[in-house]
Amino acid sequence: MDKSFTERRRRELLVAACLAVAAALVPLFVKNPNVQNIMILTLMFGALSQSWNILSGYCGQISLGHALYFGLGAYTTTLLFTKFGVPPWFGMLAGGVISAVIAMALGYPCFRLGGHYFAIATIVIAEIGLLLIQNWDWAGAALGIEMPVRGDSWLKFQFARSKLPYFYFALALACIAWIVTWWLEDSKWGYWWRAVKDNPDAAQSLGVVVFDSKMGAAAVSAFLVAVGGSFYAMYVSYIDPGSVMGFQFSLLMALPAVLGGIGTLWGPLLGAVILIPLTELTRSYIGGSGRGVDLIVYGTLIVVIALARPEGLIGLFSRRKETAR
Amino acid sequence: MTALLETRGVWQRFGGLVANSDVSISVGRGEIVGLIGPNGAGKSTLFNLIAGVLPPTQGSIWFDGVDVTAMPAAERCQRGVGRTFQVVKSFETMSVIDNVIVGALVRNTVMREARRKAHEVLEFTGLAARADVLASDLVPAEKRRLEVARALATEPKLLLLDEVLTGLTPTEAQTGVALVRKVRDTGVTVLMVEHVMEIVMPLVDRAIVLDLGKVLVEGKPNDVVRDPKVISAYLGDRHAVGA
Repeated sequence: MDKSFTERRRRELLVAACLAVAAALVPLFVKNPNVQNIMILTLMFGALSQSWNILSGYCGQISLGHALYFGLGAYTTTLLFTKFGVPPWFGMLAGGVISAVIAMALGYPCFRLGGHYFAIATIVIAEIGLLLIQNWDWAGAALGIEMPVRGDSWLKFQFARSKLPYFYFALALACIAWIVTWWLEDSKWGYWWRAVKDNPDAAQSLGVVVFDSKMGAAAVSAFLVAVGGSFYAMYVSYIDPGSVMGFQFSLLMALPAVLGGIGTLWGPLLGAVILIPLTELTRSYIGGSGRGVDLIVYGTLIVVIALARPEGLIGLFSRRKETAR
Repeated sequence: MTALLETRGVWQRFGGLVANSDVSISVGRGEIVGLIGPNGAGKSTLFNLIAGVLPPTQGSIWFDGVDVTAMPAAERCQRGVGRTFQVVKSFETMSVIDNVIVGALVRNTVMREARRKAHEVLEFTGLAARADVLASDLVPAEKRRLEVARALATEPKLLLLDEVLTGLTPTEAQTGVALVRKVRDTGVTVLMVEHVMEIVMPLVDRAIVLDLGKVLVEGKPNDVVRDPKVISAYLGDRHAVGA
């Protein structure tokens, strides 16, 4: 019993390591910058969705406002860099901490809300954040901020000639988000979160402090998403409120996990691998300005999934244990 | 030695409805106490007050020598109150073993220890063969047993059982009774709300009968079932006269 569990955990780790190595080798063969761009975005959204999954998948608190933390990360890093010359690595950490603190501050009132009301609150709060940034002159207001180009450097995390450093950073981000999830899955927090999602009353009766576990999930989730936002800001080197804090980012974090399998270890990455290339391709082939077309495509995809396999695509791979008994 | 659990003048009002009025009961260490009474007598309310689901309107609740009246459910669990739910509340998307691990984490911070404890409890409650099955795939009697297993994994001093034997087939109920005895033999005190008199009475050391929110009678099960007040509460006054 115990042995099979440890074995399964080890196997997951092994598969992840193999996939990471395989992914790391891909750029040796794929030199097309457009394709590399898609791969970078896929890994980034995989990591973001994995982080979103901690709060919304495992702990069951559906957030549709994670763009707030993404934007906070992007803005913290960019502002610290452009205004004070602070290296982005530090900005990344600072953005993460700020987001985690804000997530807990917002969670304090919001986690008292049940079900759909929580999701609605997250949308509203993210929109308020967007409006505040849009009207904050020091932070560039609606025009946004451009990152000054200072030449290729690891310290400043700028690379004009090659996408490879960005690719490897995105890969590292995806690995970190996965490992954090993997590790949390078999920790007190992991069990607490799933218990809270399934039945808060029963969880409480078993000594689970429901409020604390939601706060913990929110903090970890927001921290990782902000790091992703910081990376994105450095990668695109120009940010404005809509391009890092718009509602579409909240969706793009939620949808891969929903598509792949919400509350599962592999779901978010699987979903991102399907969804992000599809989004990018529909965007480039069906029409430049059509911001809606890509949304229509994966909206349809989600409906099909919800009808045919509500547990997500991951259900196709691992028929759950109970059917094997 | 003081009682393990004591309620002192507990009142619970829901708007104009008085669910518990001036209820003072006590449960001694190592006892199996049955809390019985007709529908709407206030058993479940009292049960929830003891478990810490809501604070009483008035009065105090003492557990293990400490006033726990204002303590939330999770903290009471840490202090040693375990409970089951009348309407089972399994963690449906989790496996049976994972359900029990959640409970075991109260006393075991190391995952390996919690997992071992959970396996032990599954062995004890006869669910070991179903460890890796999803909770949603259990049959009703197994789900009831899972409720007990989960609560036992928290290593309670007091186990609150809310109608765990109701709605089971006679054979299942007998296994349930045996399990409750086994639990008591490990030193756990049991307070059980139950409907089915003929199952509870042989099992409990003492019975407390609630009616209309008040304690009607309490005593040895044999005396309680013969008490005219109890008979009239269950069956109406006409039957009590003959007793």
